[in-house]
This record gives sequence, C-alpha cells and structure tokens, in this order.
Amino acid sequence: MNKGHKAGNDVTTASAARNPSAAERRWEEQTLKPALEKSPERQRAFTTLSGVPIARLYTPADLRDFDYARRLGDPSEYPFTRGIHRTMYRGKVWTMRQFSGFATPEDTNQRLHYLLAQGQTGLSIAFDLPTLMGYDSDHPLAQGEVGKCGVAVSSFADMETLLAGLPLEEITTSMTINSPAAMIWAMYLVVAEKNGADWKKISGTTQNDILKEYIAQKEYIFPPRPSMRLIVDTITFGARQVPRWNPISISGYHIREAGSTAVQELAFTLRDGIEYVEWVLRTGMNVDEFAPRLSFFFNAHNDLFEEIAKYRAARKIWARVMRERFAAMNPRSWLCRFHTQTAGCSLTAQQPYNNVIRTTIQALAAVLGGTQSLHTNSLDEAWALPSEQAVTLALRTQQVLAHESGVTNTVDPLAGSYFVERLTLETERACYEYFDKIDALGGMVAAIEKGYPQREIHDAAYAYQQAIERKEKIVVGVNEFVSEEKHPIEILTIDESVARHQSHKLAELRKKRDNARVQAALEALGSAAGTDENLMPYVLECVRAYATVGEMCDVLRRVFGTYEEPAFR
Amino acid sequence: MIAVPDRRIRVLVAKPGLDGHDRGAKIVARALRDAGMEVIYTGLRQTPEQIVNAALQEDVDAIGISILSGAHNTILPRISELMRAQGLDDVLLVVGGIIPDEDIPSLKQAGVSEVFQPGATTQEIVDYIRAHVRKSK
Repeated sequence: MNKGHKAGNDVTTASAARNPSAAERRWEEQTLKPALEKSPERQRAFTTLSGVPIARLYTPADLRDFDYARRLGDPSEYPFTRGIHRTMYRGKVWTMRQFSGFATPEDTNQRLHYLLAQGQTGLSIAFDLPTLMGYDSDHPLAQGEVGKCGVAVSSFADMETLLAGLPLEEITTSMTINSPAAMIWAMYLVVAEKNGADWKKISGTTQNDILKEYIAQKEYIFPPRPSMRLIVDTITFGARQVPRWNPISISGYHIREAGSTAVQELAFTLRDGIEYVEWVLRTGMNVDEFAPRLSFFFNAHNDLFEEIAKYRAARKIWARVMRERFAAMNPRSWLCRFHTQTAGCSLTAQQPYNNVIRTTIQALAAVLGGTQSLHTNSLDEAWALPSEQAVTLALRTQQVLAHESGVTNTVDPLAGSYFVERLTLETERACYEYFDKIDALGGMVAAIEKGYPQREIHDAAYAYQQAIERKEKIVVGVNEFVSEEKHPIEILTIDESVARHQSHKLAELRKKRDNARVQAALEALGSAAGTDENLMPYVLECVRAYATVGEMCDVLRRVFGTYEEPAFR
Repeated sequence: MIAVPDRRIRVLVAKPGLDGHDRGAKIVARALRDAGMEVIYTGLRQTPEQIVNAALQEDVDAIGISILSGAHNTILPRISELMRAQGLDDVLLVVGGIIPDEDIPSLKQAGVSEVFQPGATTQEIVDYIRAHVRKSK
C-alpha cells in the first residue's frame, strides 16, 4: 500500500530557501555582524520551547515556491491547513468544555450545573483513579484514592446521579475514560435510553485511546492486543448504532504532559491514529464508515507559534494520511477535528496567579490554531483540583478571548506569515520522519512493545528539566523572579467521607439488584471475550443489570490478563 | 567536609497507589544515578507492602516516593508504619509530588523526612539524600 506520506518536494523546496543568496551574505557580513558585535543578542541561539531552532527573521525567501492551493488550501478545503470549517468561529465559537470531576457524583453534578450556568457550552467528565483503573470505590486498592482525582463512578446508578438534570439532548458530553471506556460509555448509553433518547441522535465523546496510555498516561489494565480489540469493538459499534458519537479522542495531551516535544506529541498522536484505522479496517469495515467520527485531543503549551504551527500541520498531515494512505473518499474522513487543553505541566505551585497568564497564552494558541473545543486550566491546579472560583476564572478566560479579543473575526489569521508558514512546514517534515521510524519498527503497537516512544519522551523530559535547572529555560516565579513570601491560596480538599458514601451506596446496590442477572451477564461477557464477538452488547447487558465497573473489569482481567510495562533502566 | 561512604548510596524510587504519572519519578531516578547513587525503580502501582519489602530486599538507604494523586495522607503513614515494623527505622523516607503545605507537618510527624513540592530541583533532592542518609553501615 502506498504510504503516501513522503514529504517530498513540498518541504525540501522550502528548506532550500534557507540557503542565503550572495546579497544576503553580503548584508550579514557588512551590516548584521558589526551590529551584533555592538549589541549582542540575549542568547547564542533561539529555539522553540521544544528546541526547534528559530531564525532571526523570516522573509519571502522562506516561502519561495509556496503554492497556496497545495500547501494550505482554503478553510474546509483539502488539505485543511487553514481550518476544517469555512467560517470557523465567525459561524460558531469553539465549544467551551471544562474538564470537571471530583468527590461524589452528587458533587460533580453540582459543578456541571454551575459551569453550564456560567456559560460553558459542553460537558467533560473527569473520573477518579479507582474508576479509571477499573476498580470499585470499595476495593482495597481504592483506599485513599476515591474521588481525589475525579468523580467516583462504580455503577450505572452513579452515572444517573452524575448526569441528573443535564440537558443531554442539547449539549454534548466528553468522558475521559480509557481502559474501562466501553463500560462507562455503556452506562451513558443506558442513561440516554432510560431518558427516551434515540441513540442515533445522541452525540458525545469517549477518550478511549489506549495507545497513549502505554506511551504516557499509564492507565492501562489489559495488554495491548486485547485493549485494541476493545477499542475496535467500540468504534464499529458506534459506527453502526451511535453514529453521531465520537468513540475515540486520539490524544497527544498526555504525551506532551509526560515531557515530549511538540513534534513528538503531534507525530505519536497521529501515528496512533494510523494504528487505530489499520486495526478497524481489518474487521472489514470501509474506512469512510468510521473515519469521520475519529477525533483528536492536543495540548496547548507556552510557545505560542510552535503550538499554532503544530495544529495547522496536524490538519494537513491527517488529511493527507486519510486520503492517500487509506484512500478515504468521504471528505469528512479527512478532517482532523480536535479538542485542546492548556498545558497542566506548565502550571507552577509558586506564585499561582502567574498561571492565569500562562493559560491565557496557551488558550490563544489553541484558538489561533483552530481548535473545535477548549479546556482552560485553573490557576490552582499545581496544588489541587479546581476550586469554584478558579474554574470560573478559567472559563472567563475563554469568554474574554471569544468576545473581546477580536481573534475570532477572521479564519486562520496567521496564514501567510513567513514565520508561521515556515514553522508549519518544518513541523510537518519532522512529523513524517517520526512516521518513518515507527513504520520501520513495525507500527505503533510494536514500537510501544520495544519502548521507543516512551524512551523518546523520557529523554525529552530529562533534557527539559536539566535546561530549567541550568536556567537555560526560565520559569517565572520558579527559577527566576522568585519571591520568598508565600501567599497561600484556598484549595479544594476532598476527604474520606466520599469513600464511605460511595461504599455505602455500593453495598445497598448489591443487595437490591438482581444478582442472578448480574452473574449471568458477567459470565456471558467473559465467554464472549474469548471469541471474536463485539463486546459492547454484552457490556450493555451487564450495565443494565447494575454490574459494577470493577466487576466487569475483573471478568476481562481474567480473560485478557493484565499488563506490566517493561522495567525502566 | 564530605563524608565518603563505604559504598554507593542505594535508593528505592517508588510509585505507590494507583497513580500512573511517572515523568517525575523517572527523572529523579535518572538524576540520582547520574549523581553516583544506585537506584532501584519499582515501577507503577505498588502497594505499601510491596514498597517496604523491596526496600528490605534491596537493602536501601533511602526510599523516595512519588505521588500526585492526593492519596498521600493514607499511603505515606502506612509506608512509614511498615518500615518501622520491618526494622527500617534508619532508612530515609522522602516524598515528591502534589502535596499541599498543610499536609506537610502531619507527614513529617508520621516519619517522612522531607517533602519536595513542584519546583524542587533534582540537585536539591540529590543534596538532601547525600546529607541525610545514615553514614554508618
């Protein structure tokens, strides 16, 4: 199959533009050199946050032979560099979707209602670690962890409480859940069913991206191959039964949080996407049946222009991958639709109000990069989950950007900038180099098994930490402009009453439900897991019977086994 | 005055509980190795029992816990308790991660020697361990 992603003439022509002409060399010798001797620059070299070299000045020479139609295209036209919609934010502002979840489903439901009242336009749920790892709130391994990092959801009853009174037919919900995504999605679907909603009409997103778990976030339960099978099952089920749902949010956010460079974030994410497409195609499904519902999730870090170039390159690369590598015919299959979250790893514990500025710059990057939806971090998140005041300010940040800054008035405003277009091309080229490396390793699952992306990320993270400790990179308030005075902020605290509350509910649930039905459903799930059958119908039956997340995951642990990553040396 | 140990300082770097965020733990492990220490990294999702057993078996001088999940008030006292039960009283216990200021006094009372919050440098951690591990073997 023609991989079709060789950057080829596209980018080499642009690189040739960096060779200075005789006139430019003369200018450098006669004008620039003496000026620098008199007033040296602040650094020997300037790079992006990720270490990509940046020139002093970008000129038309950097975009010699730049073909607008081939390199950019108009918004909503292949290769979509400028955006996936014709009018972008002039038609509809990005969805303001704050990632939320803490303590009990009751507490989180309250926060979701609050944020909707403050003007957010989409819902996004954060689950606690026991839920993410497929354990019920009363499991021994859940001790100390219930409700601390997100909301505790063990059963369908918890999901009903979580979503109570929310306008699910008007607003979409994104759920950040990976290993137990099939179970949590099934709970959402059954809530919808119980409320009389038509599955053909409901929309939302499940993150459901296990490859980035092995690479970065490490919330895996089962080994790679059975985990991929589960994801394929959700994608094919969604394509047929819940066609407006985004069954996967192929993520770079976590890869970046683990310390990767911008290019690694982009390349590993899109290459994960390629892997998912390949696996689904093996079921015999046509690419256009499912590709339009693949979605993506990127980070927004501090370096404004590097991030903007990354998003623009992402759209261009994905469009080409889908059209040329996978021969997708439906233009909607070519679209890289994405959510963005501002960089959690950039937030500092010191001088937390500085984080408001960081988040603002990062949000601006996402918007200038054409994101479809956005989460802005709260100022207190280097300490705790967001307080109500802090998350309100984070939401206001988006609202000020949308309604006061003017950046929404035209589509892709930075197009044509010598610097931004140059950086976009360079990012694209570097991404294809990673594709080649991973293809040569046998694909992404093979690369993960060999520890390749994990090692790349760790090396980048280590280099970044060293740069900070050597003050080659400045972090305001941490290694420069430090204050000895601490002005403590009030932070959200979550105590063990959550665990007691959830455990009590679980005990009651287990008494009241039809345990024979639960057992039968769990057994059927276990049997089906050993075959090729799509597991979603079995998971749905378990959920309807009020089987818990832990019970369902335990069945699959027995059938699939559990995964332990190779030792770190 | 620099104390010259009879052998290299041995440190167990551990990730307790369900938290899988290991960026920091791996950076600290590598920095300690670069500083000449012997480091054993436990990997993810270790129980307090597994951590203390590993510390015992590996005969370490220090245990470095990395925890970002908010479960520190439950997990750290448990680790400290198990260390005492196993006779590891003179093994240094330090922790890094997301630990609010108000939790530090009780953690120290429970046996944690030092807490490294966000912004701490690897050099600070290396220096602290060097200065505070037991000298006699």
